[in-house]
Amino acid sequence: MPVLRILGIETSCDETAAALVEGTPGGKGRTLSNIVLSQLKEHAPYGGVVPEIAARAHVEALDRIIDEAMRKADITWNAIDAIAATAGPGLVGGVMVGLMTAKGLCVATGKPLIAVNHLEGHALSPRLVLDCPFPYLLLLVSGGHTQLLAVEGLGRYRLMGTTIDDAVGEAFDKTAKLLGLGFPGGPAVERAARNGDASRFRLPRPLIDREGFDFSFSGLKTAVRNHVGEDEAWPREARADMAASFQQAVIDVLSARAGKAMDDFARRKGAAAGLRFVIAGGVAANAGIRASLEKAAGERGFTLLAPPPALCTDNGAMIAWAGLERFAMHGADDLIVAARARWPLAS
Amino acid sequence: MAQYPNDNDGNALLALIALADENATRQLGSVLAACLRPLDVIALSGGLGAGKTTLVRAILHALGHAGEVPSPTFTLVQLYDLPLGGVAHVDLYRIADEGELQELGLDELLQTHLCLIEWPERAAASLPAECLTIRLAPGESDQARVAHFLGNPAWRRRLASLISGDG
Repeated sequence: MPVLRILGIETSCDETAAALVEGTPGGKGRTLSNIVLSQLKEHAPYGGVVPEIAARAHVEALDRIIDEAMRKADITWNAIDAIAATAGPGLVGGVMVGLMTAKGLCVATGKPLIAVNHLEGHALSPRLVLDCPFPYLLLLVSGGHTQLLAVEGLGRYRLMGTTIDDAVGEAFDKTAKLLGLGFPGGPAVERAARNGDASRFRLPRPLIDREGFDFSFSGLKTAVRNHVGEDEAWPREARADMAASFQQAVIDVLSARAGKAMDDFARRKGAAAGLRFVIAGGVAANAGIRASLEKAAGERGFTLLAPPPALCTDNGAMIAWAGLERFAMHGADDLIVAARARWPLAS
Repeated sequence: MAQYPNDNDGNALLALIALADENATRQLGSVLAACLRPLDVIALSGGLGAGKTTLVRAILHALGHAGEVPSPTFTLVQLYDLPLGGVAHVDLYRIADEGELQELGLDELLQTHLCLIEWPERAAASLPAECLTIRLAPGESDQARVAHFLGNPAWRRRLASLISGDG
C-alpha cells in the first residue's frame, strides 16, 4: 500500500481547522501540519458564551487556514491524494462551509473528496499517533459529546452509552460560569479544584448505579447551582471547594461508567487480543479524570491510550486521518454528498 | 420581522406558581403540555440550573417523545417530530449577537415549529409578541423555584385551568 497524503478540513463547531497527514492505513501516520484557529481569546469576556458560532467566521478564516496548512507541510496540490472534510454532525452552517470549500478544491484540483463523520475522526484519532489496533473501547468526552463506543473496526462502531442530557464538557463550562471562574470552563475548574476540598460539598453522582452505560450531567450542574444560589460574593475557598467537589463527582461517574463498560467489553472480546481503552475529546485533558480512568483501566487489565491534547480537541488532522483510512478502504465519496446536522456514528 | 414588536408588549403577569422541587417542575411541564398548540412559542428564562431544561424535558415527554432529550447548548437546536407537530428545542445560550439568529434560521423555525426557547433574552427583538414567557426564579429553599408566567390575554384564557389550579 503506497503512502497517502490527505488534506483534512474541520469546521463543524467553533474551530476552523485544516491539516495535512500522510501514512498508510492500519499503520501509524505522520502529521505534516495541523492548524487550528480558535476564537477562545476573543470570547473570554463573555464568560461562557462560546466562540463565534456563525458560519461567517469559518468563511473568513478557512482559506487562510488551508493555505497555512499547505505551506507548513511544504506540499503542492499535486502531491495530495484526496481532500477530506467533516460532513457532520455539527452546526450545519459551519459544516457546509468546510464541505463546500473541499468540494470546490476537489473540482479545481481534480482530487477526490472524502466526507468524514466528525465523531469517526475522534474515534480513529488514536491510530494516527499510537499503536492502536481494532477493537478498542473509546470514551469520547468533549463540550458537545459524551459517548462510550466499542470501536470494532473501520466503519464498525457500537454505541454503548451516551449522555441523556448535558455533555460533560458543557457541565464543566456551566459550573465554571456559576462559580465565576471564567472560560473555557474545563481548565478553569481544574485549576480552582487544585486548592479545594472535594469532600466539602455533597453532590449527586447521576446514574452511577443504573443499568447500562448512559450518562447524565444536568442534575450535577443544578446541584452546584442550588449550593451557590444567587450569591455572587462566594468566598474564594468555597469556590475552590465547590470546583473540587464537582470535579470529583464527574471523576467518580466517568470512572464507574467506563469501568462497567470495560468489564462488558472484556467479557465480549476476551483478553487474548489485548484490551485497549482510549480516551479522546477536550475533557480528556483533565489530569484528575485521566488519572482516575488510568486506575480503572489498570485494575481491569486494560491499557489506557490517550492521543495528545492537540488531537483531543477539534482539529483537522483527525479528519485527514479518518479520511485516509476510509479512502484506502472505500475510495472517494460523490461530490453531491450533503452536510448533515445529525449523523449518528452507530445505532 | 416587522410584525414582531419587542417582547412583552401588552403582556401581563398571568400567574406565579411555586414549585417545591424538581418533581413539581416536571409536573408543571406535563400540565402545560396539555395547553400547547402547534406553532406556539414558549420562552423559558432563568439562570443556569433554574430548571428550564427540566421543564422542556417534561413538556416533550408529555407531548409523546420517548427517549433522551440531549441539551441543545452545543447544537443550538434539537428538533422533535411529535403527534402535535414539529417541536424545536432551541438554546440561545451561545448566541452572542442577534445577527447570528439569522444563520440559525430562527425566523423559519418560528413559522414551522412549536418552539421551546431557552435563553430568550438573546433574541428579544426576534420573538413574536404573542409568545408565552415562563421565568424560573429562585424559591424559598435551594430546590424550590417560582415560575412567573407572562403573556397576552389569549394565554390567560388558554392557561385558565393551570392558573386556577394554583392555590
